[in-house]
Amino acid sequence: MSQAIFELKACYGFVERNFNLVKRYLGWEIVFLVYNIVNALTIGFIGVTQGKDKVLYLVVGAMIWGFLSILFHEVSESVSWERWEGTIEYTFMAPVHRFTHLGGMCLYAIGYGIIRTVVLLLAVALFFNLSLQNANFGAALVILVVSSLSFIGLGLMAAVLPLMSPEKGSQATHIFQAVLLLVSGVYYEISVLPRWIRPLSVVSPATYTLRAMRAALLKGSSLGQMWDTLLFLLIIGLLFIPLGLFIFNLAETYAKKTGKLKRSG
Amino acid sequence: MNLAINCQGITKFFYEKRPGGEPRKGLFGWGSRKKRTVAVNSLNLEVNRGEILGVVGPNGSGKSTLVRLISTLLLPDTGQIEVFGLDVVKQGLKVRRMINRVSVDAAFFKKLSCWENLSYAARLYGVPIKEAKGRAREILQRFGFQKGKINQPMENLSRGMQQMVAIARAFFTSPVLLLLDEPTTGLDPKSKRQVQEFILQVREDHNSTVLLTTHDMDEAEKICDRVAIIDRGRFVALDTPQNLKLMVKGKSLEDVFMELTGKGWEEEE
Repeated sequence: MSQAIFELKACYGFVERNFNLVKRYLGWEIVFLVYNIVNALTIGFIGVTQGKDKVLYLVVGAMIWGFLSILFHEVSESVSWERWEGTIEYTFMAPVHRFTHLGGMCLYAIGYGIIRTVVLLLAVALFFNLSLQNANFGAALVILVVSSLSFIGLGLMAAVLPLMSPEKGSQATHIFQAVLLLVSGVYYEISVLPRWIRPLSVVSPATYTLRAMRAALLKGSSLGQMWDTLLFLLIIGLLFIPLGLFIFNLAETYAKKTGKLKRSG
Repeated sequence: MNLAINCQGITKFFYEKRPGGEPRKGLFGWGSRKKRTVAVNSLNLEVNRGEILGVVGPNGSGKSTLVRLISTLLLPDTGQIEVFGLDVVKQGLKVRRMINRVSVDAAFFKKLSCWENLSYAARLYGVPIKEAKGRAREILQRFGFQKGKINQPMENLSRGMQQMVAIARAFFTSPVLLLLDEPTTGLDPKSKRQVQEFILQVREDHNSTVLLTTHDMDEAEKICDRVAIIDRGRFVALDTPQNLKLMVKGKSLEDVFMELTGKGWEEEE
């Protein structure tokens, strides 16, 4: 078996394992999904009180944030989850490249995120008369793919925290995610933020994803009209993924030096 | 290359937070908040290909740290470890392709079935799924594992059964070096005997090398070619069980341990 095929099969092993876990924790999956749907609906109804355009603005924000936060969460929590299950040492001593391991986690996160987002979209469409005649779905899809790269990169960087601190790392990833939600203009324009916090909005890839996604879905903007935003997202993604892998490798070495790969830490 | 494992001068420290009441060291107590403990202390170890080497010692003596160092899960602070001539630090991935490990706590996804856990392992180790299923069934049946249990979530299996699945998972990848960290802890006497026989057979059939850590002196005596007695991170003796007993004129390995460390087995447990 050539090395590439072996690594691909191992990568699929991570995807398959995670979907098996979804099946086995189905009850929790339903709980999270219902919570997400109710949350999106609640936000949509706030929009109803402020005019029809606002509904779509908020619902798009809720859905895209839902997708990006799933990506970020699944990748960043991969270490915490394995530590909790007690399989962290088993996975880290498997004869696969770390790139394969994390690549599998990212592929799963993208697949899982798409499924959850489609279900959310269908549920929201039942409640609101969403007017998407002008939407450019092709452009929206491209934006989603391109911005996934940067969120995977961010997730890899955040996954380092539970690797370095078994006790507090997982909590820190939630703070990281919460700050992204605050500064990225998910439910409001970033212009309403205090001036001192706005630099964070400028560096958050979610700001550009949401801006581009709203332009594609609400105004039907073409890729050509958004090329500068897309290029920026692509550059961030292409920088963040190798940077995330590099940081992850450093953290893995640190964990192996200090004995933090153990189940209980 | 006849040496399966070659450890030269390996030391591993851990740093733990000092308990509340314990004073810091250093000038005016400004020293580190952390206390250094030596888990493995200047160990030298050579294990021959096809050998079963037992490492016996009480809790906290450094057995599991040694296994983790060899299995690339820990990096040594000093010294060098080679597995079949490959450096575990610089060539970790190549080393991992040759080894497998069973730890004292069976590491599984508890909600996944026995088979789902095994198929995950098969994918990571490049064992074709069909072949993995056949091999796993064969091994598990040998241990008296009921056929229907293979689709049960791991959390529904007893500790002993989980340990058997862990052993099957390690064996079906056909490793040339098996690191067994207290693999029979928690097993009933019958299962324990089956596992011990299986280890001997695997060595016979595949010429695998086995490093076995255990608390069970009888087990070490029964299946190991040589036994190393470890205490506070150091080997106090390493020889065949027979020679160890002759050395202290004792009847059992427990006598050897007591004689060489100056303390009883139970008081260290």
